Order: sequence, then C-alpha cells, then structure tokens
Amino acid sequence: MNLRAIRYSRPWRVFIAGFFKENAVAYQLLGLCSVLAVSNKLENSLAMGAGVTFVVTISSTLIALLRRLIPDQYRMITYMIVTSTFVIIVDQVLKALFPPVSAQLGPYVGLIITNCIVMGRQEAFAIKNGAWLSFLDGLGSALSYTYTLIFLAVIREVLGFGTLLGFKVTPAGFENWVVITMAQGAWFLLAIFYWVFRRAARLRPVAEEA
Amino acid sequence: MTLHPLVILIAAVFTHNIALTYLIGLCPMLAMSRRVDVAVGMGVAVTFVLALTAPLNWAIYHFVLLPTHSEVVAFLVFIIVIASAVQLVEMLTARFFPALHSSFGVFLPLITVNCAILAVSLFMALRDYTFWQTVTFAIGSGLGWGLATAIIAGIRERLALVGDVPADLRGAGITMVIAGILALAFIGFSGMVSVQ
Repeated sequence: MNLRAIRYSRPWRVFIAGFFKENAVAYQLLGLCSVLAVSNKLENSLAMGAGVTFVVTISSTLIALLRRLIPDQYRMITYMIVTSTFVIIVDQVLKALFPPVSAQLGPYVGLIITNCIVMGRQEAFAIKNGAWLSFLDGLGSALSYTYTLIFLAVIREVLGFGTLLGFKVTPAGFENWVVITMAQGAWFLLAIFYWVFRRAARLRPVAEEA
Repeated sequence: MTLHPLVILIAAVFTHNIALTYLIGLCPMLAMSRRVDVAVGMGVAVTFVLALTAPLNWAIYHFVLLPTHSEVVAFLVFIIVIASAVQLVEMLTARFFPALHSSFGVFLPLITVNCAILAVSLFMALRDYTFWQTVTFAIGSGLGWGLATAIIAGIRERLALVGDVPADLRGAGITMVIAGILALAFIGFSGMVSVQ
C-alpha cells in the first residue's frame, strides 16, 4: 500500500480525526480535570498520559468486542466496570514501580474512571464499530490528550519550577512563576491553548450562547 | 487527621474548593454554567448525591474492604455504589416526589459521570477521614462546586449580553478564563482555615 492509499483509508482517517482535528481536550472538551490538575510537572503528565492511553485503547477494544453482548440499558454500568478494572491495573502498576509519581497523582489516577474521554469514546464509537477501528479511535483520542498534557506540562514546569523532568533548565536569577503551577495558571494556559488550537485547526467558532 | 468536621466543611467550600483548587468536576461545570438556575439545580443535586454516597462508601470501605484487605477493588466498588445510588434516588424521587423529580431529576443521570462524586470518595479513603469528617467534606464539596458553577453561570449570562468575545475563544474558552479569574479571587479566602 502506498502512502496515498494509507492516507485515504478508513483506519487512518479514524485515527487522525481523533489525533488532531477532534482533539480530546480543545475540541471535545473531555478529560479537563486531569489535564489541568496533573500538568504542573512533565513527569506526572507522562505517567498520566500513558495510563489514560492504556485504559482508553484497551477498554474501547474490549467494548467493541463485546458490543453485541451488551444489553442496551446496561451500557453505562458495563463501561464503568470494564474501565475501573483497567484503572485498578494502572494504579497498582504505578504504586509498585513509581511510588513517588503515584503519591503525587493521588486521586487523579482513580479519576481516570470518570475521565470523560474513556466513556466518551466507548459510547460514541466503540459500541458501534469493530475492534480494530475502535482501538485506533481510542489511540487517536488518547494521544491527543497526551500531547496536550505534555505541551501544558512543559510550559508550566519550566516557568513555574524552573526545571524539566526535575533537571534545572532556567538560568540563575530566574524568578519562579508560582501562579502558573497552581490551578489558576492552568485555567489561563488552557484557555490560550484552546484559542490557538481552534484557530490553527480552523474550527468553526462556537455560536454565541443566549 | 484530627481536624474538626466544621473546619473541613468551610475548607471544602471556600479555601480548598473542589472545582477551583483541586480542578475536579470541570466537564459538567463547563456544560452546566450557561444559566444560573440550571447551575443551582445541578449544585443541589450534586450536594445531595455526595451526602448520600460518600458516607455509604465510607461504611463499605471501613467495614468491608479494610477488614478483608481488599482495598485493591475500592475503585470498582465505589463506582458501582455511586451508579446504583444515583439510579435508586432517581427511581425514588420519580415515584414519590414527582414535582422534585421534574425540576432536578434531569440532572441525576449525568451525576454518575461527574468526577466530583467519585473524587470525594477517593479523597475520603486517601486521607483517612472519620465518619463525620466524611459527611461534612461531602456536603462542603457539593456546596463549593455548586457555588463556583453558579458564579460562573452568572458571569456568563452577563457576558452574553455584551457579546464582545473573540470568535475562537467563545463558549468553553472564555469560561476557562472566567474560572481562572474566579480561582484567583478565591485565593482571598486562603488562611481563613488551615488544613494539612
């Protein structure tokens, strides 16, 4: 298959839609809590991004495989049980291998269960499509979440702590910008990201609400 | 933890607001802050469900999970308890209080996926709260979330009258800026009570 054929194939379009144009954070407005809360350090963001990617891809694939067996009225509870099981795995792995990161993330690992990206992709895509496409769809959305997280974390850690992954990167005499590491700074930075992203992706402006 | 439950209540509403300081429950906050009455209704519903599920989860955590050393499945148990409690409340209000159900029942199904509900149970387990600390923390968190959402809704209602927001920042974008400014204002409360 040449490059052109790949670009116009269904799996590629499914993946790239989630990855760029329908950015989980700026377009679908999903998963905001954890984006704002853990993006103050790059280390935490990488752990969180990896955890969410694992949970979204695996649970979307599983839901797609089980989609004919799930009764319609019990969809939500099925999503939650499947998701919580994988979140428990992520939590245990983090606790065992990276105890400091696990301590810093605290409740936000458990909150992957209610991270809207997970249920959003299951409800919007996995319940209606095959396993391979659902895997790609989940991967695209999860990676868009991850790069948003990394983008915010790099800015916040460098400006707020003067470090990157724990190493000092700013020159001596640099005054740490404390507000950017706090919730308040996160809001403004995400608003700027949202603005720039929507302009860059040429999304239609949101209609003025009444 | 030997904090007085009332201190925790005040901290949860003002100084350690769950939405503005811990950044939890933001998706519904952005979605529900278009109109003040909707925001208040959602705030009441969240407070009610929190006051019900957090003590319930506290009891299950301390009387079932800890004695049997099965804290590993805590996430799974919490979310099932929350989902069933919400379902139960919805059915009960629909059956016995139809008027109440028609005014705030529409918010109930949405609450299961409101991460503030699960977060309060997780914080309760992480911080080893006692029963009364859990109760006041749950009520305070619900009130704090409702307060923040209602204030943002009020600002958005006024802003919609002016309508001078840059096109690409409309909707969620400007709400983030409002929430940031509100969070800055809430710093003013810090020092009122001290926790941790």
